[in-house]
Amino acid sequence: MAAEKTKGILVVGGGISGITTAVEAAEVGYEVTLIEKNPYLGGRVAQLNKYFPKLCPPNCGLEINYRRIKSNPRVKIYTSAEVEKVSGAEGDFDVTVKLNPRYVNENCTACRACVDVCPIERPNDFNFGMDKTKAIYLPHDFAFPMRYVIDDKVCKKAECAKCVDACKYNAIDLNMKTQSLSLKAGSIVWATGWKPYDAKKIDNLGFGKYQNVITNMMMERLASQNGPTKGNIIRPSDGKEVSRVAFVQCAGSRDENHLPYCSYICCLASMKQATYVREQYPQAQIFIFYIDVRSPGTRYEKFYKKIQQDENIKFIKGKVAKIEEDPATKDIIVTAEDTQTLQKIHEKVDLVVLAAGMAPSTQESKIPSSVSYDTDGFITSNTGVAGMSAAGCAVKPIDVYSSAQTAAAAALKSIQSLVRR
Amino acid sequence: MEKKIGVYICTDCEIGKALDIEKLTKVAIEMKAPVVKSHPSLCQKEGVEFIKKDMAQEGVNAVIIAACSPRVNYDVFELGIPLVERVNLREGVVWSHPANDEDTQMMAEDYIRMGLLKMQKMEAPEPYKVEEPSKNVLVVGGGLAGITAANEAAKAGYEVFLVEKNEALGGWMSRIYKQAPTKAPYAEMEEPEINNLIKEVQQNPKVKIYTSSLIEKIDGAPGLYDVTVKRNGGAETFRVGAIVEAAGTVPYDAAKITEFGFGKYPNVITNYMMEAIAAKGTMVRPSDGKPVKSVAFIQCAGQRDEKHLPYCSATCCVESLKQAKYIRNQYPDSKVYIFYRDMRTPGHYEYFYKSMQNDAGVFLTKGDVKGITEDENKNLAVEVENTLLGEKIQVNADLVVLATGMVPVSALGEEILPPGVKPGDEFIPYVMIETDILNLEYRQGGEAPALINGYPDSNFICFPYETRRTGVYAAGSVRAPMDIPSTVADATGAALKAIQCVELTSRGEAVHPRVGDISYAEFFMQKCTQCKRCTEECPFGAINEDEKANPLYNPTRCRRCAICMGACPERIISFKNYSVDMIGNMVKNIEVPEEEEEKPRVIVFACENDAYPALDMVGLNRLQYNSFVRVVPLRCAGSMNLVWVADALSKGIDGILIMGCQYGDDYQCHMATGSYLAKIRLSKVAETLDRLKLESGRVQMEQVSIAEYYKIPKILDEFIKKLEGFGPNPYKGF
Repeated sequence: MAAEKTKGILVVGGGISGITTAVEAAEVGYEVTLIEKNPYLGGRVAQLNKYFPKLCPPNCGLEINYRRIKSNPRVKIYTSAEVEKVSGAEGDFDVTVKLNPRYVNENCTACRACVDVCPIERPNDFNFGMDKTKAIYLPHDFAFPMRYVIDDKVCKKAECAKCVDACKYNAIDLNMKTQSLSLKAGSIVWATGWKPYDAKKIDNLGFGKYQNVITNMMMERLASQNGPTKGNIIRPSDGKEVSRVAFVQCAGSRDENHLPYCSYICCLASMKQATYVREQYPQAQIFIFYIDVRSPGTRYEKFYKKIQQDENIKFIKGKVAKIEEDPATKDIIVTAEDTQTLQKIHEKVDLVVLAAGMAPSTQESKIPSSVSYDTDGFITSNTGVAGMSAAGCAVKPIDVYSSAQTAAAAALKSIQSLVRR
Repeated sequence: MEKKIGVYICTDCEIGKALDIEKLTKVAIEMKAPVVKSHPSLCQKEGVEFIKKDMAQEGVNAVIIAACSPRVNYDVFELGIPLVERVNLREGVVWSHPANDEDTQMMAEDYIRMGLLKMQKMEAPEPYKVEEPSKNVLVVGGGLAGITAANEAAKAGYEVFLVEKNEALGGWMSRIYKQAPTKAPYAEMEEPEINNLIKEVQQNPKVKIYTSSLIEKIDGAPGLYDVTVKRNGGAETFRVGAIVEAAGTVPYDAAKITEFGFGKYPNVITNYMMEAIAAKGTMVRPSDGKPVKSVAFIQCAGQRDEKHLPYCSATCCVESLKQAKYIRNQYPDSKVYIFYRDMRTPGHYEYFYKSMQNDAGVFLTKGDVKGITEDENKNLAVEVENTLLGEKIQVNADLVVLATGMVPVSALGEEILPPGVKPGDEFIPYVMIETDILNLEYRQGGEAPALINGYPDSNFICFPYETRRTGVYAAGSVRAPMDIPSTVADATGAALKAIQCVELTSRGEAVHPRVGDISYAEFFMQKCTQCKRCTEECPFGAINEDEKANPLYNPTRCRRCAICMGACPERIISFKNYSVDMIGNMVKNIEVPEEEEEKPRVIVFACENDAYPALDMVGLNRLQYNSFVRVVPLRCAGSMNLVWVADALSKGIDGILIMGCQYGDDYQCHMATGSYLAKIRLSKVAETLDRLKLESGRVQMEQVSIAEYYKIPKILDEFIKKLEGFGPNPYKGF
C-alpha cells in the first residue's frame, strides 16, 4: 500500500529527530522531503563530542543515517531552507519553502581552494564563537552535505570575488538569490529542536562576564577534535590547562525565573563531560553542584554509579548561589550551600561549566501554522492540527534515544495521515 | 548478459596532478578492462554524460569510477545500473599521500587493480522475494504498549493480532486510579487513558484480539512467521510478518525487601497496592480500616540497590507524588512524607513536583530510611537519617508506601548462555533468558536477547529500535523502564518498525543498518561440514539448524553483515556482490615489491561503517598516512575470513591490520558482535602464523571510531614500525 500514495511527508528540522523521522518513513516506502535551516544536517547532536552513557561519537550514528539518506531515493533534502507558509489540510498541505542562498552549488568538490583566498573572517557559530572561519566555509568537517557555504552577512560579494576566481569548478555563484519552493505534502512533522538557554540571562552565574565560565554546549565543542581547540580542554581566558572544574547543574532549569522545567539531559551531560576532563587530566578535580541527580532507568543509573566511583569527582548537593572571578588569575570562585551538611562552600576552580538547559526553538520563533504550544513554547504532543505531528525536543526536553523513539512514532503518525486520505 | 567493464579515471581534485594517469590507464588495460578512459571532471555533468555515452554506445554495463570517495557524489554517479564500483583515488590516495611520489602511484595502481578484480567477481544481486509475504503484525502483550502498538499499526492499514495472557486487556494501567499529568500545565492528575484505548482496539476490525492466550511458538522469519497461540486448551495458528514484544513488567517482589517490614507489618504496602486502595474510594489502611491521615513514602525501595534492583525504575518519584496527591485530595488534614534519594521528575514533571512542594501538607526530603517499627496499634514509626534538616528524624505514620520498582517479564526466566560459553567469559555473544514470551523457534533460543538487567533494550543511542532479532521490536516497559507518554511513543515507534520490516521484506530488502541491501547469503551446501560456526556466530539468529546440524538460512532474518561468511572455514557462504573469493582475489593481487626494494605492504581491512569513513576523514583533512597501506573495506569487521590473512601473508604481505568498531560492554559495532568476533578470529590466527613461521604480531586488531580519524596515521605508522622490527615477510617473491 505504500507506493501508491503520491503525496509525501514533509519533515521540518534536520537534527537527529527530523533525520530519523525522514529515513524511517522513507524506508517504509513513502516519499519524504526534509527541510533544514542550517546549511548542514545533524543539528545539535552534530555539535556533541560524545553521547552519554556509552561515550560513543554522535558522528558514527549520523554517518549511518546519512548513508540511509544517500541510498534512499525517496528522501529529498533541502538545507539552508525554512518553511514560510503552510496552507491546506491533512492529506493536502501546500507548503512554501524559502531556500536561502548558499552561494555554492553542487559543483563544489570540497577542495578548499576558496578558503585559502578568502580575506574575511567570521565568528564560527558552530563552535559558539570560540574560533573563526572564513566568510566561505565548511560548516564542520563531518558536514552533510559536504559542501561549502558563504556567510552573506560578512562576504563582500562582487567587490571581492576572489573565491570565484579560485574555484575551478564554477561552484561559486555570488549572485545566487533567495528562492521560493512550493511543495505538496500529505502530512507534516515538526522536528524543530532546541537551542541552549541563553546563559547570559542568569545574572548570578557570571556567564558572558567571566571568560572562564562556559556552557555545557561550549564544553562539547572544546572537547571535540574538530572543535576550536582540537579537543584540548583549556581555559578560554589564557589557554591554560585545567585542574579544577566545577559543573553547575540546573543553570536556568528548574527555575521559575528562567526555565521552570527540568531539561532532563544536563545531569548526564555533566557526568559525561566530567569524563572528558578526567581523561585529559588524570589529576583533575571535578565538582558537580546539583539539586537532584537525575539518571533514570537502567543504563543512566549504571553510568551515574560508575562516575561516583571516581574519587576525583565530587557531587555536592546544593544550588550555586554566586560565581565570582579572581581578577588577577581569572580563576572562578563558586559559592554554594551544601544542603546535606548545611555548610557554605567556596571552591576556587579554573573553569566553570554551566549545565544550561534546553529551550525549544519554538520559544521565540513560532512555526507558520496553527499548532498549539505549552507555556514554555514547546509544541504540545497533540499538535491540535490534523496531519501534523511533532517529534523530539520540539515537544519536550529529552535525550537522543527518546528523540529517536518519538521520531519513529511521528513517522507512523504521518503515514497514517496519508493512508486515511 | 556479458559484463562489459568500463574504467573511468577522474583527473580532477589534484588526482591528475599527483598521479601518472597514463600509467594508471595502462594498469587497467593490462587487467583486460575493455574500456579505460580518463576525464577532467567526472562528477560534473559532462563527466557523467561521458560515462553514459559509453553505456549507450559501447555497451558498458559495469562501471568503475576511479575518483573520489563513495561517501560523496553518490547521487551523481547513480547510473541506473547495479554494477558501479568506486575506486577512492581522491581521499584515499592523493589527499592523504605525497603527490608525484612512486609509492603514492603504486598505491593508486593497486587500487585500480583491486577495483577491477572486485568488479570482475561481482554479480548484480537480485532481491530475495518471499511469495506472498505476510504484512500482518503480531503484538504480544495487551497493556498500554501493546494496545497502542496495535491501534497505531491498524490505523496505518495493517492487520494486527493482539495476544494477551490475562483475561482482560489493559495490563497495569487498568489498575491505576489516576495517571500523572501528561498535558500542560502538568499539575493535575488525569483519568487513565487506557480505558479509551481498550475501547478503540476492541472496536477496530483490523485488530484480532486473543485474551487468556499464550504464544506457544513462533516459527519462521520476517514476512513468514507462523504463530501458534494457546487459548482455552486449544491452539490456533496464523501468519504474521513482524512482531512487537510488549510484554510489560511485574512489580519487584517486595517480600525480598526485608528492611522495611513489608510482609511483617500490615500497614507497610507497595506503590502498586496503593493504587488498589485509592481505586476503592475511601483510602484506609489494611490493618484496621482506619483512614490514612499520615503516610510516609519510601522512594527507591529495593531500587538503585545492588542487593535488589540496581537500576532506577524511572517512574516511581512521579507516581509517589501522584499518590501523595490522592491522600491530600481526600483528607485535607493529612500529612504526607516523601523520603527520596534524588527526586527524579524530569522534563515537565517538574511542574507537578513544584505543585506538590507548594502543598504544606506534603513534606519532602532527601534521606536514608534506617528502619521502621510498629506499635501495638499497628502504627508505624519511620526513622530517617541524612535528611536535609541535617539531623535524624522520626516520623509517625498510619501507612508506609514502598516505591518498589519494575521487573521486565523478559527477566523472569532462566538465563541460558550459548553453548560453550560460561558466565564471566570475556566474550558472551548474547544473553538468552528463556521466558515463554515469544517462544521463537530459533537455534539461538526462543526470546530476544537481553541487553541489561533482563531488558531486551537496544544497545544503540541513535537507534532505539535496533534489535538482535530482525522483525521483533520490543516496546514499552519490557524494553526499559518508562512513563506513560514514553510508552505510547515507544509503542507507536515499534509499530512503525514492524510495518517497515514487513514492507522492506516484501521488497526483498534488508532492514537497518544495511537497509535496502538486496544481496543475501548463498550457501554451497555440498561442502558444508556442519561445524555450526555460522549458526552460532550470526548475531541476529538468522540461521537455524536441521537435525544433522546443517545450516538452515532465513534470508528475511538476515542483516547482510556477512559475519557468517567470515566465520565459515569452508568458505561456502557468499553474496552475489561480496564473497571470500572476491576479497581474496583483491588481496592476492596487490603487487608486492621485492624484499630489497624495502617497500613493505600492509593490508587494512576496514569496517565500512566507521573505520572506512574515518580513513576518508583523514584524507578530507589532508592528514597524511603511510603509503605502504592498502585499504580493503569490509561490510563488518566480523565478515573477515581468516583465509584472507593466510592468502595475504603467503603472498608476502608484511602485516594485516583490522580496523573495526569498539567491542565489549559498550560496543559500537552496528552488527553487535562483528568486531569482537574479528578479534577472536585473529587471536586464533597464531596457529596459521606458526605454520608459516611468521610472527603473530604481523596481524593486529584496532578499534577505531569515525571521530578518531586523527589517530589513524599514528596507528598505521606504529604498526609498520613494528613490522620493520620483524623484517620483511620471507614469503615475498614466492
